Amino acid sequence: MSLLEVDGLTKSFGGLSAIESLAFNVAEGQIHSIIGPNGAGKTTLFNMISGLYSPSAGRIRYSGRDVTGAAPHMLAAAGISRTFQNLQVFFNMSAIENVMVGRHLHENRNLFATLVRLPAIARGNAEARERAADLMSYVGLGAYVRVDPGSMPYGALKRLEIARALAAQPRLLLLDEPAAGLNPRETGEIDQLIQKVKDSGVTVVLVEHDMKLVMNISDRILVLNYGRKLAEGDSDEVRRNPEVVAAYLGAGS
Amino acid sequence: MRRLSQARTGGLLSLVIVIVLLPLALDNIYHYDIVIRIGINAIVCVGLNLFIGYAGQISLGHAGFFALGAYGSAILTGHYSWPAWFALPASAAAVGMIAFVVARPILRLKGHYLAMGTLGMGIIVFIVITQEVALTGGPDGMPVPPLTIAGTEIYSETTWYWIIATVLVATVWLALNIVDSPIGRALRAIHGSEPASSVMGINVARYKAMVFVISAVIASVAGSLFTHYSGFITPSEAGFLHSVELVTMVVLGGMASTFGAVVGAGLLTALPQLLATLRDYEMLVFGAVLMGTMIFMPHGLVPTIAAMFQRWRRK
Repeated sequence: MSLLEVDGLTKSFGGLSAIESLAFNVAEGQIHSIIGPNGAGKTTLFNMISGLYSPSAGRIRYSGRDVTGAAPHMLAAAGISRTFQNLQVFFNMSAIENVMVGRHLHENRNLFATLVRLPAIARGNAEARERAADLMSYVGLGAYVRVDPGSMPYGALKRLEIARALAAQPRLLLLDEPAAGLNPRETGEIDQLIQKVKDSGVTVVLVEHDMKLVMNISDRILVLNYGRKLAEGDSDEVRRNPEVVAAYLGAGS
Repeated sequence: MRRLSQARTGGLLSLVIVIVLLPLALDNIYHYDIVIRIGINAIVCVGLNLFIGYAGQISLGHAGFFALGAYGSAILTGHYSWPAWFALPASAAAVGMIAFVVARPILRLKGHYLAMGTLGMGIIVFIVITQEVALTGGPDGMPVPPLTIAGTEIYSETTWYWIIATVLVATVWLALNIVDSPIGRALRAIHGSEPASSVMGINVARYKAMVFVISAVIASVAGSLFTHYSGFITPSEAGFLHSVELVTMVVLGGMASTFGAVVGAGLLTALPQLLATLRDYEMLVFGAVLMGTMIFMPHGLVPTIAAMFQRWRRK
């Protein structure tokens, strides 16, 4: 069954189409990768699926429901979570607080309870902190629990965003270039982490430039070029597709 | 976690101790007057700091809410003979409603535009108060009946000291409760990154409106208390300069620091009083303080000192 169905999706900025008449489905429980050269519209697509942009045309269905143009916080409540290509870490909060924010939807947000500080609020804080610490060790950031994000290396911040996204307990996780700027060893760790996340039952949509990582873990790959679908299939099909080789992978690979 | 809660209760306890011991150092009515004014400004700043320091927004119009609360109480008690203790919550509720209505359109703005939008709002309040001469006395201001407790009219500075102290401690307690909660984390997340907050499920518009309304209601309550304390109110309370003073107090004390807001209000309320000769240059001093803080201590006084103390303790 498809968890995410995209049909005729178009986004134009001024006269320029970043995404044009795009259609694809993401099956539940899979790792679905989206690749393509810079400017192919991958991040624009993520911004539409997560609600930050509303599409110019077309439909997005999630879990059988039409969610086209829904607000980001509504989509988050429906189970869609994501990371960002250009980091969107809360640098004014500690690392663990960043992850605690990810638990927002599962926390007690009653204003009255907060103002008079019912015991449930203090209990909830302790619980959120504990779960956030667990998630930080889960993504391999156990050593950074008490640290400010400002003093964390780039690769660790990427994983901090993954931990924050997982804290929301999503059904659909959108990862925007989680391996960008990482060394081969760190990329290997991200590979294992994404596998682990998939095995826990979360559907993953991955935008990534690291071909080794993509070919290794994807159940299905969608290739974009200039906002249009160039090819779709499993890693072997995509690798053999002459158009993909010409447009993207290039003569070298 | 334990350390955090200690900082919370520890800070609140220190504030109570300072308030209880302070009267020992106050030996005349003039001193009491300064401290009461500090307390009133501190109440406003603790609320404003939730909006500016924690949620990362800006308001150059909060003197408007202060004045609306002040005039609300003045008009209801003066013209309609309401008891002050009914006029205060009624004014606060009305101000909360006004803030809620204004919030949606105005809080879509960011940065300079938000500063301009809130500035415009404050100016509108000022103009309305100045023009409605029949109700407000216009530019000349209006006299205000005193506060009564159990039938006795309150004029004594010492009684006022304890009234303001109680409200200040309550406001600080409420602010600390908001900060150390899922709502507080949501506010700080909005400060850090709005796109990331919204995809984490935070309803950004709703939380901005919520904290705007809370800070406006707190300003209104402080305004109501001020109007009864001073016994006379003029439109300058709604003025742009008053809004700038409030923002300067928050920035100097430390953004995203509740006790910083209290310290900032204390320093900048006391400074012009103590250096009486400087009074003509008050705005000059405020401007210099604002600039100096931004350049040398962008985090503000209390967070900077707290960080220094922590570094020193680690050695």
